[in-house]
Amino acid sequence: MAEKIATRASYGKALVELGAENPNIVVLDADLSGSTQTKKFADVYPDRFFNAGIAEANMMGMAAGLAVSGKTVFASSFAMFASGRPYEIIRNSIAYTNANVKICASHAGLTVGEDGASHQCLEDLALMRAIPGMTVLNPADDVSARALIKAAAAYKGPVYVRLGRAAVPVVYEEGTQFEIGKALRVREGKDACIIATGIMIDKAVQAADLLAAEGIEVRILDMHTIKPLDKAEVIAASKECGCIVTAEEHSVIGGLGSAVAEAVCEEAPCKVARIGVKDIFGQSGKPDELLKAYGLAAEDIAAAVKSLKCK
Amino acid sequence: METVQLQKIAQTVRQHIIRQTYNAGSGHPGGSLSAADLLTALYFCEMNIDPANPGMKGRDRFVLSKGHAAPALYACLAERGFFPVEDLVTLRKMGSKLQGHPSMILLPGVEMSTGSLGQGISAATGMALAGKLDGDPGRVYALLGDGELQEGMVWEAAMAAGHYKLDNLCAIVDHNGLQIDGRNEDVMNVMPIAEKFAVFGWNVLEIDGHDFEQILDAFDMAKKCKGMPTMIVAETVKGKGVSFMENQVGWHGKAPNEEQAKQAMEELGGEL
Repeated sequence: MAEKIATRASYGKALVELGAENPNIVVLDADLSGSTQTKKFADVYPDRFFNAGIAEANMMGMAAGLAVSGKTVFASSFAMFASGRPYEIIRNSIAYTNANVKICASHAGLTVGEDGASHQCLEDLALMRAIPGMTVLNPADDVSARALIKAAAAYKGPVYVRLGRAAVPVVYEEGTQFEIGKALRVREGKDACIIATGIMIDKAVQAADLLAAEGIEVRILDMHTIKPLDKAEVIAASKECGCIVTAEEHSVIGGLGSAVAEAVCEEAPCKVARIGVKDIFGQSGKPDELLKAYGLAAEDIAAAVKSLKCK
Repeated sequence: METVQLQKIAQTVRQHIIRQTYNAGSGHPGGSLSAADLLTALYFCEMNIDPANPGMKGRDRFVLSKGHAAPALYACLAERGFFPVEDLVTLRKMGSKLQGHPSMILLPGVEMSTGSLGQGISAATGMALAGKLDGDPGRVYALLGDGELQEGMVWEAAMAAGHYKLDNLCAIVDHNGLQIDGRNEDVMNVMPIAEKFAVFGWNVLEIDGHDFEQILDAFDMAKKCKGMPTMIVAETVKGKGVSFMENQVGWHGKAPNEEQAKQAMEELGGEL
């Protein structure tokens, strides 16, 4: 059984390391520093941590002001309150100014669990992807989260990073390289391609194992960067594997599935099935119960691959 | 600088506001005219800035939180030498760096892109935080509209600036009493402004926003106040300087036609 670590914990760890490497980094939070794990940074670098209180709009505005003054700013809250609530401030004060702000949003998706629909943000990738100049990242596990947080810190400009609450299996070897905008081939196969993002990578691997037992060999792409999308890998998947199943812990509207479908339709049409939340709100429950109930289990991905009848 | 000289510059700024909005065929003359004296005092007397080096270290920064008063800001920047005065007539035209609301990416000298109300004061709060972190001697100024105070985000920023004791931040409310839909008191009452900021932990000063001595004195008092940000509530007249625009709601977001522009310029001692 693989070790399980929540990507928000990876974020907290990476922030402390970044704080030592770069004295220019400042961190903001909106009264959730224990949950988002920015408290780890605050404990070591209290002078560079600012609590905005429960005021996410102003947190993003202050982040913009700090960034245009030369700081590399990390701003965190739950995904719902880090993307939806301050959306327009992110658009106008952060993205329009190309401010060097990294919005690191934890507790994204259904796996927030018991807190229920009000806290289960299923639209953040769609919202952030629509903003010009915004880079959108969605790491799968501890190794990729730490690597992508560091890549975001090194990148100049606004970045949205989606992080989860629940502990998820570590799927990558320590030291695996991740580059913004470059999808990672997790497994090779020519019968179909599963393009997954975030914690759905682990489910995709399980699905691929189920399919392999039936003689279906699928390629898996980790699309950790939702924007800019690695179109070359999407087109290659279409041409070489014949059909694509996308998998995301997000609405099927506007996120990875939409991005892949757009690229495929324009450049290399093939059948595409989208695994994601079907335009409905979540509810309270345990993370794995919820993923099953909303059709985001490994079995659902495997069934989608078979339904496309590529092979 | 002598008050008389500042008054003369402010008159030139007002002429530019009329010329710009007339040439653009749209824009916001009323709130630009009410802010003209405050901006003139900042750009020609108060702030430590260098048009030849807009990114100068240790400079003072200004954020036009009421971004629709862009014509007043552009007039000051041009007259101060940040860009040629001739460019002012490109306001709101395709390809111009003079966007309908200020863009820091396009126009050097603009410290923050604004236009969406409530966001400028929040960014200014972040700038002041950065200044404190770096021990930067520069001060941060922000100008808000009175209608803008209806945005909840203003009060989030006010709370934060008070909490972090940002005495390097000086905000000003251009209190002309009018907004798009009518008088503040009819649309959504914002009074009392001074008392609200005081209880949020600000040093509050109340002045006549068209009296240069009072404006400059207030900036001095703000500098001397330690441990809290300063809010200057400036009583102003919307449309100030143009008789038919003064205190008229209709001139919030409407450009003068040729005849109106000519009359306005005559009153302001200039030519269209």
